[in-house]
Amino acid sequence: MSSDLHSDQARAAREAELRDREVPVVEPGHDFASVTEKISALVLTRKTPRFWWVGFAFGFLLLQLLFVAIANLLFRGIGVWGPNVPVGWGMDIINFVWWIGIGHAGTLISAILLLLRQDWRTSINRFAEAMTLFAVACALFYPIFHTGRPWLSFYWLFPYPNTMGVWPNFRSPLIWDVFAVSTYATVSALFWYVGLIPDFATLRDRARSKKFAVVYGMLAMGWRGSAKHWHNYETAYLLLAGLATPLVISVHTVVSFDFAVGIIPGWHATIFPPYFVAGAIYAGFAMVLTLSIPLRKFYGLEDFITMRHLENMAKVMLATGLIVAYGYMMESFMAWYSANPYEKFMIVNRMTGPYAHMYWALIVCNVIAPNTLWIKSLRTNVPYLFFMSLVVSVGMWLERYVIIVTSLHRDFLPSSWGMYSGTFYDWSAFIGTIGLFITLLFLFIRFLPVISIFEMRTLLPAAEIPDEAVPAPRPGETHP
Amino acid sequence: MKRTEIYGLMAEFTDPGSVVAAARRVREAGYRNVDAFSPYPIEELSEALEFHKSKLPLLVLIGGAAGLVGGYGLQYWTSVIDYPLNIGGRPFHSWVSFIPVTFEITILLAALAAVLGMLALNGLPEPYHPVFNVERFALASKDRFFICIEATDPKFDHDETWRFLVSLGPRFVSDVEH
Repeated sequence: MSSDLHSDQARAAREAELRDREVPVVEPGHDFASVTEKISALVLTRKTPRFWWVGFAFGFLLLQLLFVAIANLLFRGIGVWGPNVPVGWGMDIINFVWWIGIGHAGTLISAILLLLRQDWRTSINRFAEAMTLFAVACALFYPIFHTGRPWLSFYWLFPYPNTMGVWPNFRSPLIWDVFAVSTYATVSALFWYVGLIPDFATLRDRARSKKFAVVYGMLAMGWRGSAKHWHNYETAYLLLAGLATPLVISVHTVVSFDFAVGIIPGWHATIFPPYFVAGAIYAGFAMVLTLSIPLRKFYGLEDFITMRHLENMAKVMLATGLIVAYGYMMESFMAWYSANPYEKFMIVNRMTGPYAHMYWALIVCNVIAPNTLWIKSLRTNVPYLFFMSLVVSVGMWLERYVIIVTSLHRDFLPSSWGMYSGTFYDWSAFIGTIGLFITLLFLFIRFLPVISIFEMRTLLPAAEIPDEAVPAPRPGETHP
Repeated sequence: MKRTEIYGLMAEFTDPGSVVAAARRVREAGYRNVDAFSPYPIEELSEALEFHKSKLPLLVLIGGAAGLVGGYGLQYWTSVIDYPLNIGGRPFHSWVSFIPVTFEITILLAALAAVLGMLALNGLPEPYHPVFNVERFALASKDRFFICIEATDPKFDHDETWRFLVSLGPRFVSDVEH
C-alpha cells in the first residue's frame, strides 16, 4: 500500500512538472519492442488484475437489470414504460439520443482527427472507437424495444419484399434514423475491425497459448505486414476516415430531424442539427475522459495517454460546450423574436414550469461548470477533469430530458396537459444499458489491445527514415 | 506458375532506414518479384519498391455510385411506382425527403467497398503463406523488417541472390520453404 502511495505522489509530481512544458504524445525511452510488449502484455501475459474482476462484476450485475426490463416489457407490453399522451416520448428516446451522442466522439477521434493529422489521437482512438460501438449498441436497444414487438417491426423499418406488399415510408425522419444509425453502426464496426487487423497479427505472433494464437490468427486473416498490403491498407483506412467524417455529422443531424421536422414548439427549430452534433461531441469527449482516466491509471498507461491527451480533450469539451451554450441561448432568443405565443410559452415554461429544476441543473452542468476549463491548472488536474466529465454526462442527459419532456407535457390545449416521470422499468432499462456498456468495455480491455499498437510504432523516433535511404524522385515525378 | 524448389530468400533488417535503402537496391539490381514486410506502414518502402497506385479508390467510387443510384432508385420505385401513398398531401416523388436515406446508403456501400476491396486486393483472408515458415518472421509484427525475393523472379539464382542479399547488410538471410 505504501509503495502505491509513493508512486502516486511521484506521479502527481511528474504530472505537475509536465504541466509547464509541451507534453509529447509518447513519453521518451520507448522503442518498437517496448511499445509492442507493453500493450500486448495487457491482453496476453499480465494476470487479470483485481480491478478488472470488480469492474466486470459490477457491470455484469447492472446488465441483469436490462434482462429484467426486457423480459417484463415483452411479457406485459409497452405500457410498463412511462410515456403516455401527451408525453409520447420519454426515457426511451432520451437515452437513445444520449447514447448515440456519446458514440460520436469515437468516430470524431478516429476519423476527423486522422484527416486533420492530429497525432495525439493515436493512443486514444482504439478504445474511443470501441466506446462508439458499445454506445451505439446501447442506443439501438431503445428504438428496437420501443416498437413493442421488435420481431414484427422489420417490414416497416427495412425495405424488403414482404408478403403484405408494403414498403417503409421514406418521408418519415424515423426511417431516416433507421438508415443513419444502422449505417453508422456498420461503418464504425468496419473501421474498428480494419484498425485491429495488424494488431491481431501481433497478438497471434506473441500469444503463448495455442488457443489464443488460433483465435487471434483467424481474426488477423493471415496479415503478414507485406508492403503491398500496407499500401492498400493505408488507402482503405484513409478513405474510411473520409467517409466516416460526413457520416458522423449526418447521424446526429438525422437524430435531430426526428424533432426538428415535427411541429412541436421547442423541437421545430433549424438550429437543431448543428446544436445536436456539437452536443454529441461534447458528451462523447466527456465519456472518453471518464473512461481513459481510470484506464491509464489502473493499467499504468501514463506513457501513452499523456497529459497532452487529457488537456486536448478538455479543450474540445470546452469548445463544444460553448457551442451548446450558444444553442440554448438561440433557443430562448428565437422564442422571443419569433413572437409566436406557443414558442414563448414553451421557453418560459421550461425556465419556470414544473421541470424548471431540471432546466437549471442542465444550465449549471453544461454551461457554467465547463467554463472552469479555461483555467489551465484545472484543465490539467486529473481528478477534476474526471469529475467534470461526469458533470457533462449528467448535463447532456438532462438536456435531452428537457428537450423531449418539457416540449411535450404542455400540449396546445390545456385540457391535454400532463406530466411524465420514468417508471421502475424505464430506469431499470437505463441502468441496464449502462451495465451492458460497462460489461462490453471490460471484455474489450481484457481481450483486445486498448491502444493501437501499429499506429503507436509510427509515432516513435525510431520510425523516422533518414533522408539518404529515400529514393530521389525521378524527373517529372511528384511525391504526394 | 512454375513450381520452384523454395519460395524465395528472405533478409532481416533491424531499422526502417536500412530496409528502405535495401529495397531500393533490390529494385535497382533488377529484381521484380519482391515484397517487403514491416510492423507498421512505411510509405517510403512502397515507393522504393515502386508499387502501382492502389486500385482501391476506384472501387470505393463504384461502391458509392452504386449506393447513390440504388438508394435513390429504391425510394423512387417503392414510393412512386410500387406503393404510392398519400402522406399529408406530399408528392409521391418527394425528392427532398429521399436525400438522407440516399446519403446513408451511398456511405454504406462506399465503406463496404473500401473494406472488402482492400481485403480482396490483398488476397485476404489467406490462412497459409510460405513466409510464416521462417521462424524469425514472427518478429515482423513486432520490431523487425524483412525483404523477400521470390524464386519466381527471372533474375533469381539461389547462391547469387543469397550473396546479393548478404551484401545489403542484413541481420539474417534465410531460405523460405514452401
